[in-house]
Amino acid sequence: MTDAPNTNAPRPAAGRAGTRRELPEHFKAYKHVWVAVECEHGIVHPVSLELLGEGRKLADKRGVELAGVVLAGDELTAATTAAAAFEHGADLVYTVTDPILAHYRNETYTRALTDLVNTHKPEILLLGATNLGRDLAGSVATTLQTGLTADCTELAIDDEGSLAATRPTFGGSLLCTILTLNYRPQMATVRPRVMSLPPREPGRWGRIVEQPLALAEEDVVTKVLRFIADRESDKAQLAYADIVVAGGLGLRSAENFQLVRALAEVLGGDYGGSRPLVQKGWITADRQIGQTGKTIRPKLYIAAGISGAIQHRVGVEGADTIVAINTDPNAPIFEFAHLGVVADAIELLPALTRAFQAHLSVNRLAG
Amino acid sequence: MHIVVCMKQVPDSAQIRVHPVTNTIMRQGVPTIINPYDLFALEEALRLRDRLGGEVTVLTMGPPMAEESLRKALTFGADRAVLLTDRAFAGSDTLATSFALAAALAKIGQEFGPVPIVFTGKQTIDGDTAQVGPGIAKRLGLNQLTYVARIADLDPDAGTITVERRAEGGLQVLSTRLPVLITMLEGVNEMRRGSLDDAYRAARAQVVRWSAADAGITELARCGLKGSPTIVKKVFAPQARAEKVQQVPTADRGTDELAVDVMAAIFRTRPTVEEDLLRFAAGQ
Repeated sequence: MTDAPNTNAPRPAAGRAGTRRELPEHFKAYKHVWVAVECEHGIVHPVSLELLGEGRKLADKRGVELAGVVLAGDELTAATTAAAAFEHGADLVYTVTDPILAHYRNETYTRALTDLVNTHKPEILLLGATNLGRDLAGSVATTLQTGLTADCTELAIDDEGSLAATRPTFGGSLLCTILTLNYRPQMATVRPRVMSLPPREPGRWGRIVEQPLALAEEDVVTKVLRFIADRESDKAQLAYADIVVAGGLGLRSAENFQLVRALAEVLGGDYGGSRPLVQKGWITADRQIGQTGKTIRPKLYIAAGISGAIQHRVGVEGADTIVAINTDPNAPIFEFAHLGVVADAIELLPALTRAFQAHLSVNRLAG
Repeated sequence: MHIVVCMKQVPDSAQIRVHPVTNTIMRQGVPTIINPYDLFALEEALRLRDRLGGEVTVLTMGPPMAEESLRKALTFGADRAVLLTDRAFAGSDTLATSFALAAALAKIGQEFGPVPIVFTGKQTIDGDTAQVGPGIAKRLGLNQLTYVARIADLDPDAGTITVERRAEGGLQVLSTRLPVLITMLEGVNEMRRGSLDDAYRAARAQVVRWSAADAGITELARCGLKGSPTIVKKVFAPQARAEKVQQVPTADRGTDELAVDVMAAIFRTRPTVEEDLLRFAAGQ
């Protein structure tokens, strides 16, 4: 194993965790905020740009630079990804460009990122909580023997200059703020759509620092045989939809879920559901909205027959307007919805579909 | 083939309530379950064993009561259960947890035979970090396959495995060498009902119980709170939103009238939504 954990790394003297505030000497050189910029299949993942926006704030607060980290298989991907990073707030970009990195593999990406960290020593390293980001972050943190906080909903610099990472716990019932005091870098992942996208500044540019990857394809054990792209119909873009209609157990049957899809279609939006619906098999897991599913930030969110357990609340709080339809006036969803309707979703959904359809067609003709 | 499944006993988070005054979790009366994601891992392991022979060991780290979950796994058909339990593990974050579990896995390999495949769920429903699996893989030098949707091919003699792994926009078909750690995606199989024989066997089975020392862990400073680089600074309840819900009156309204009222209320609350919808309708 080329990158087994470095168990010989100097470790802080054992003490009760959290009681020591003096950073061990060898960590004092760690500076700057880094964001790993994800670019699978030549497309920069929006979560990376959202993170650059957040990273910018942290870097400014610390008075340090913000760097994007780009691991790419070819020069073109590296260049376009670096450009996106600069336009979204990075001062500099570290690139590792090697055909070995064309497709994500844990081995190669872990090696490239840990080498970069050990060479250039960031104090904060942020990754998107995507499948790629979580796979990579866990390995890198273990290799570097440092702290990693998953799925943060808020990042801040505390009074003593540490990264204070806040995340939901117990399925979203509570929030907790987590520090990594005596280890560097301080690592965190953030899910797509939790942070807002910073405005793009066209033409903004910065320094590029290239680093070679000392790894030959023959030495990489895992091989990517092929990639089966999702069919267009399978691609749920739920996290980025402007309008989302979702259903819960109040719909009473899998057949009634069709009512949700019909309204979503008329509104040009996407559809999803609460966790119990996935457990019952009414919808697939990629349609689940909530703490263990997708976080959404639509302009309009219509929740039909969803009681609004905290697990669900965490996933939809970023919506501009939340409309709740539920027969139970005491359902928790009415505590965080903007508009509440105490009604049976099974009756109201088709009526809403008709109302929107009529309104939109009349006004389209008028226009 | 000897397969180990790492599981966790978790509170059923759907049933957790927060105390309204103290903002603490009310655990009393909340049932514990096997982390639902781990069941997909267990079922996949059992299927491989049924096809190729060998045995399945389930491993968990937790308080003594976590034995319940292991016993449940035995009723599903697991062959052996190991409970790693010690006060030294209390307060472990994911790094400290993967340290202890990796040590226990190494010990399982010595005691009960080499382990070419370790399975676990993609994440737990209480921590939701998805970090422990990758942590174990890295510590033991196992090849890591996360979010696996399907095991396409496994050749124990050649020591190779091919899987389909969920990635952004599609499935990666990956091949690698054993030993591996696999985290299974949800919904990829359905947990079997255990047989009567399994239930009978589980009731009488001895759950192997290991302390830190039993698992060969000498560096206690790397366990529990001491071995955890992350520390919890504070725990608090999400803030209630200042903006109050606006109720759409429903009395004396037919469903169609109500729907029109709701639509009008949406447009009043956020006029930009109407503009967006009309733009969308015009583009159709």
